[in-house]
Amino acid sequence: MSFRTPLSRAQGLGAAGHGTSHFWAQRVSAVALIPLSVWFVYSIAAIADARYEAVRAWASQPASALLLAVFVVGVFYHAQLGLQVVIEDYVRTPWLRVSSLVLLRMLVFLLAAAALFAVLRIALGS
Amino acid sequence: MREPDDLSTFPGGMKHSTRPLSPHLQIYRPQLTSVLSIAHRGTGILLAAGALFLVYWLNALASGPDAFNFLRDLAGTWYGQGVLLGFCFSLFYHLCNGIRHLFWDAGLGFELRTAYRSGKAVVAASLVLTAATWVAAAFMGGGA
Repeated sequence: MSFRTPLSRAQGLGAAGHGTSHFWAQRVSAVALIPLSVWFVYSIAAIADARYEAVRAWASQPASALLLAVFVVGVFYHAQLGLQVVIEDYVRTPWLRVSSLVLLRMLVFLLAAAALFAVLRIALGS
Repeated sequence: MREPDDLSTFPGGMKHSTRPLSPHLQIYRPQLTSVLSIAHRGTGILLAAGALFLVYWLNALASGPDAFNFLRDLAGTWYGQGVLLGFCFSLFYHLCNGIRHLFWDAGLGFELRTAYRSGKAVVAASLVLTAATWVAAAFMGGGA
């Protein structure tokens, strides 16, 4: 027999309270990163030995800047989702577990913001 | 009547049976499937570290020629190339094995033979894509 209430079953969010949202977010960001990563690696290969002026000229094109920004967001979103699971799997001590999860989120926001700010500076030429 | 199991006490006060447990991970001989599985997590963690370089690289490019060319020269050294090669392979491996995972998510490819075949294909594809990137960089690299 089930002890779950009809409301709980209808919501379908399970014991942890967020259902399959993490699973889906990880998959969707993964699929988005397939073409973005291929574009990024190809672009880096194309400017592998190029000097500052040439790389800056490439990165400040609107299309490059836009894709760089989207790539950065995708990378950090996907990295946060993945590293979160690694922490949840291996860190058992409750206070350490919660604080590392919070720290991870803060760090990811900080790094993504730093990268986006750099892309913006390159695109706007300042 | 059966003797009760020998119970020793955990430091935390919990009762712990000394009956045999299922073997720990280090008991098993590593298999292609299990090695590739942990490699997916390993490369994922490595790529997250690589994202730090992405932030550094973008900020160097934003701040000016001195910061950027310093990083560019560093990337040109043998150890810089080694690190980049490692990140490149990690990215392609994580990408290819990620596609393998997406097929599993769709309920496809769980048969043992298929799992081994797709595993070998992922390793081969990652090596080929990494080599292709290095060749492409050598041809286009001077770029723009």
